[in-house]
Amino acid sequence: MNTKGKVFKYPDNVDTDVIIPARYLNTSDAQELSKHCMEDIDAEYVKKVSKGDVMVAGWNFGCGSSREHAPLVIKTCGTGCVIAKSFARIFYRNAINIGLPILECPEAADGINAGDEVTVDFDTGVITDLTTSKTYKAQPFPEFIQNIISAGGLLKSLKK
Amino acid sequence: MGMTMTQKILAAHAGLKSVEAGQLISAKLDIVLGNDITTPVAVNEFRKAGFDGVFDRNRIAIVLDHFVPNKDIKAAEQSKQCREFACEHGVSHFYDVGKMGIEHALLPEQGVVTAGDCIIGADSHTCTYGALGAFSTGVGSTDMAAGMATGLAWFKVPSAIKFELSGKLPKNCSGKDVILTIIGMIGVDGALYKSMEFTGEGVASLSMDDRLCICNMAIEAGAKNGIFPVDGVTRAYLSGRTEREPVEYSADADAVYEKVVEIDLSKIVPTVSCPHLPENTKPASELSDIKIDQVVIGSCTNGRMEDMETAYKILGGKKVADGVRCIIIPATMAIYRECIERGYMTAFVDAGAVVSTPTCGPCLGGYMGILAEGERCVATTNRNFVGRMGHVKSEVYLSSPATAASSALTGYITAPKEDL
Repeated sequence: MNTKGKVFKYPDNVDTDVIIPARYLNTSDAQELSKHCMEDIDAEYVKKVSKGDVMVAGWNFGCGSSREHAPLVIKTCGTGCVIAKSFARIFYRNAINIGLPILECPEAADGINAGDEVTVDFDTGVITDLTTSKTYKAQPFPEFIQNIISAGGLLKSLKK
Repeated sequence: MGMTMTQKILAAHAGLKSVEAGQLISAKLDIVLGNDITTPVAVNEFRKAGFDGVFDRNRIAIVLDHFVPNKDIKAAEQSKQCREFACEHGVSHFYDVGKMGIEHALLPEQGVVTAGDCIIGADSHTCTYGALGAFSTGVGSTDMAAGMATGLAWFKVPSAIKFELSGKLPKNCSGKDVILTIIGMIGVDGALYKSMEFTGEGVASLSMDDRLCICNMAIEAGAKNGIFPVDGVTRAYLSGRTEREPVEYSADADAVYEKVVEIDLSKIVPTVSCPHLPENTKPASELSDIKIDQVVIGSCTNGRMEDMETAYKILGGKKVADGVRCIIIPATMAIYRECIERGYMTAFVDAGAVVSTPTCGPCLGGYMGILAEGERCVATTNRNFVGRMGHVKSEVYLSSPATAASSALTGYITAPKEDL
């Protein structure tokens, strides 16, 4: 599995309230919710994102609420992958459980610029910045978590 | 190698003699919790996966608290979906309007959670129940769906930071000032993936409401859970209240901690978290030139009886400053009733405040106190992120109930009097 797209960069401590503001959480419809993805930090994101694009962020991405709506809207609006220096733990769990690819890689988060074209190979964790021709290697997932991802999410892995 | 208190609870629920930090385990759950925002997503996933039924109808709690009484048609549809699921599966701990309260005030009050439990909740502040000596952590809706179906959850066993508490809090400080001070010290990811274990001789002087407030905001330091030892205060609180027998665990004497942080409670001062991160803390006394438009006293962090008592002590017989809207939200119906019985409601209304039935409402910018552009609020809630309580250019200052009530009277951020 892999993705290829352009990079949107975000700072440290991107919280779930800016990823999907709670004022929209009166529905669980992913399509409806995804219209507001990143609205309070980057109102242009949903207009500019194309399928496969990559978010690159700093430390503690997804902190705050446990709302699974956060990784869900990121995935639903076409984002191919999130690379961050670190993830808040509930967001990390939720992303794996719903099948949003995420990678922890501080070097890539520092080295990659907004607008760069990148490819990400989820199996090897290799991130290639096509614009600068630099490559990075993310931390691989433990086997237990790889099994959840390859099954297509937690519930599918339980049903297997 | 010795285990922390959290590790001991996890080992027991995984059926293992011992566990160590970093180990992946599958643990049996005592309670699986959801609310009116996260349960609909879990129900959709539960149905999509084709599960036949829930693992134990007595071990699931569904609390309608975020947008009830429903704020709009869509919110009403979500509540209806929760209601129908609870009815279909005979969920015994289903709390609807009239019985409900803010989940993390309600479940301890009603004795649904107890010492020694292993609990997951599709709400980040599920870490609150660590105050009772339980392992309790927030998860997402898919984990809730899996937990309801199987009674199990996977965890990576956390390492821990030990907070060694000594001394006794000054009269004008409470648990909120302790946890805000700690978050200011270690940062919003200072305990990422870890347990925050509170211990030391200072623990005995902290009330159960203080402990619930402290554990509630462990997530604001990125922690997996916060936990207090079980002592006389815990036993007195749990006695006659819980439906299941409490089980007491304690950390081994040779438990390994990543770090030990010493906190002298007598040195704590009224503390405020400035926008837009809980770690941006300052003493309230240094913020006296910040003019405010609104005060909110409530939430899963500070809507408990002691919080109402504090608000009454400060607001009773006084008037909220002109130009300030003061919104008080008792966290459960029992607390709401007690406020009526004790005459607090009359005093709040006479002071010029409004009192709402229990709801998370304004804390997450849902309703019941949304801020306009440029407005500032002092709130006893738990997050002050951009847009959290309304407009992206509004500001939330997090504080204790004493600081919030004192600020309501002056219209500026105001530290409570020392002889409170």
